[in-house]
Amino acid sequence: MTALGRLVRVREAGLVVMLVILAVVVGAIQPRFLTIATLDIILLAIPLILVAAMGQMMVIVARHVDLSIGSILGFASIAVGMMFRDIPEMPLWLGFILAIAIGAGLGLVNGLIIALFRLPAIIVTLGTLSLYRGLIFILSGGRQVDPNHIPEALIRMAQTSPIGVPWIVIIAFFTALLAYVFLRHLRLGREIYAAGSNPDAARLRGIRVNRVTLVVFSLSGAMAGLAGLMYAARFGYVNPGITGVGFELTVIAAVVIGGVSINGGIGTVPGVVLGVLLLGAVSVALPILGISGFWQDAIYGAIIVIALIVDGSVRAGGLVRLVTGRGG
Amino acid sequence: MKKLMLIASAAAIGLMAGAATAQDQVEIVYIPKNTGNPYFDSIIGGFADACAELGCSFTTVAPATAEATSQIPFITAQIQRGVDVIAISPNSPDALNQVFDRARSRGIQVLIVNSDIPGSEDHRDAAILPVDFTTIGPAQVELLGSMINYDGEIAILSATTDAPDQNVWIADMQTVLESDDAYADMELVTIAYGDDDPQKSTTEAEALLANYPDLAGIISPTTVGVAAAAQVVETAGRAPDLQVTGLGTPNQMRRFIENGTVEAFQLWSPYNQGVLAAHFAMGVNDGSITNEPGQTFDVPNLGTITIGDDNVILTQDQPTTFNADNIDDFNF
Repeated sequence: MTALGRLVRVREAGLVVMLVILAVVVGAIQPRFLTIATLDIILLAIPLILVAAMGQMMVIVARHVDLSIGSILGFASIAVGMMFRDIPEMPLWLGFILAIAIGAGLGLVNGLIIALFRLPAIIVTLGTLSLYRGLIFILSGGRQVDPNHIPEALIRMAQTSPIGVPWIVIIAFFTALLAYVFLRHLRLGREIYAAGSNPDAARLRGIRVNRVTLVVFSLSGAMAGLAGLMYAARFGYVNPGITGVGFELTVIAAVVIGGVSINGGIGTVPGVVLGVLLLGAVSVALPILGISGFWQDAIYGAIIVIALIVDGSVRAGGLVRLVTGRGG
Repeated sequence: MKKLMLIASAAAIGLMAGAATAQDQVEIVYIPKNTGNPYFDSIIGGFADACAELGCSFTTVAPATAEATSQIPFITAQIQRGVDVIAISPNSPDALNQVFDRARSRGIQVLIVNSDIPGSEDHRDAAILPVDFTTIGPAQVELLGSMINYDGEIAILSATTDAPDQNVWIADMQTVLESDDAYADMELVTIAYGDDDPQKSTTEAEALLANYPDLAGIISPTTVGVAAAAQVVETAGRAPDLQVTGLGTPNQMRRFIENGTVEAFQLWSPYNQGVLAAHFAMGVNDGSITNEPGQTFDVPNLGTITIGDDNVILTQDQPTTFNADNIDDFNF
């Protein structure tokens, strides 16, 4: 366990190094990147991804994957947005509870199908990705919830707070803190790692692996639901055909960059936070550098791949092998 | 009991009368790209109101998704129903040609509404377009110019790098900025692409604010981009020194007009397209309009309309400008 712990620490150190390299290189080309204003932009670019990544990392640590979070985000935000529109006196806190509950419910459905029918999560959530998106259209009649129907107080949460940093940023980092405590110090959190490392061994040790499956998918859904309301705050409207589309790919990329093994059992909250920060920093650096829109997608994708290669090589000693030509 | 029978027979007579008029009325059906799209709901509203006035029978049907062939079964069903006019906003420029031909061979008038079917013009009777699209670029530059006293740095926030409409409009904007002396003091510093994705558009707009501290205006000729730019400027507290305008829908932009972040933006009127299409269809049907290029006809509130080359009919020449004075008149 200590060897594993060391590896994970190396992983996090590697991410910090990559962040520093990014800051130095981009800052050298465009000094404006190293300002508080840019930090603000990065901090506002990551809250949705960070929150959803906390749920997704638990799913991946448990040796599953949740492709449906973009549609869960969309469903929760449309449903709660419509309630705000049709029941203007609905309090904001109730909106948050409902968004989280709706998300958890849809996530639980994923978990139940996977656990009961012993189906691969990648297929089941690919199905519910479409299913939930379809339900969004049916529920909303294809109509978006317009900016003037989103409560002002909710939009303010993406703009201000008493301590200067917008509320949604605070909520995102607080969620990460809760996830950290849960995964590190709670029995159920540790069971997720056990179930993901070796499901059969975990069963023999008396861990209810199916229960872990239900928990991680419910939490992933709940986080996506919370991200849905943060979406409404951040962008000021929710649209059935736009909101959350493609979101799952960004989140999974951030989680994997953050050092969570796609084979399950490995990954830490600090690593994922750094992965999200790295992705957020890159997405802001490209337009700050004034890189043409034609190139941005390719460069963004290349940086993800490079980050994974460098990191994976360091972890497996592959870089040493590559340099010395010896097996490791 | 007697009273009940009286009501029943009255209802029966009413029903018969209804059936009789329905047979005499011109039947118009409109098939939008898909259901539940507020933009097309507005076109439907135009059709319905005009038909209520003109005495035509109007219905609308549409597929759930805007796929190339998803409208075909709906058109086929309307042909069998024996409608007089099929108006449609097609999901494909050519996939519907055969079924259009079938409808026209039965004497049904086929009208394309909102966008034409380039290359397939022979398969429809006429196309009703919302606006003369060549006016969009210059009109957007003029609107932003009037908001920033024709002076300062401006940027464009577009959709994707390959969006055909936006690229044509942006080229028109660049041309007019370079050639018209009125805009000599307006400098286009960059064109950013938000991919019509709210997150990307927002980050790009934030980068514009960071990279160009003296930026005076942003034009975003796409509904996702203009809302994102407005949201960013509102969050940064940069209005009114930094003006945002572009192409947006009134419902999407209402909040920003009301809180003063955005002074004005533009689009066209889908409602008027519906009104125009209904008047045109009825006129052709009763012979008062000859469907040939160069012919003109009058539509109440829209003035004299000319049928252009290839039987293309423009609902309005210039885009409509929405601001605090008129935004409450629109709901789409």
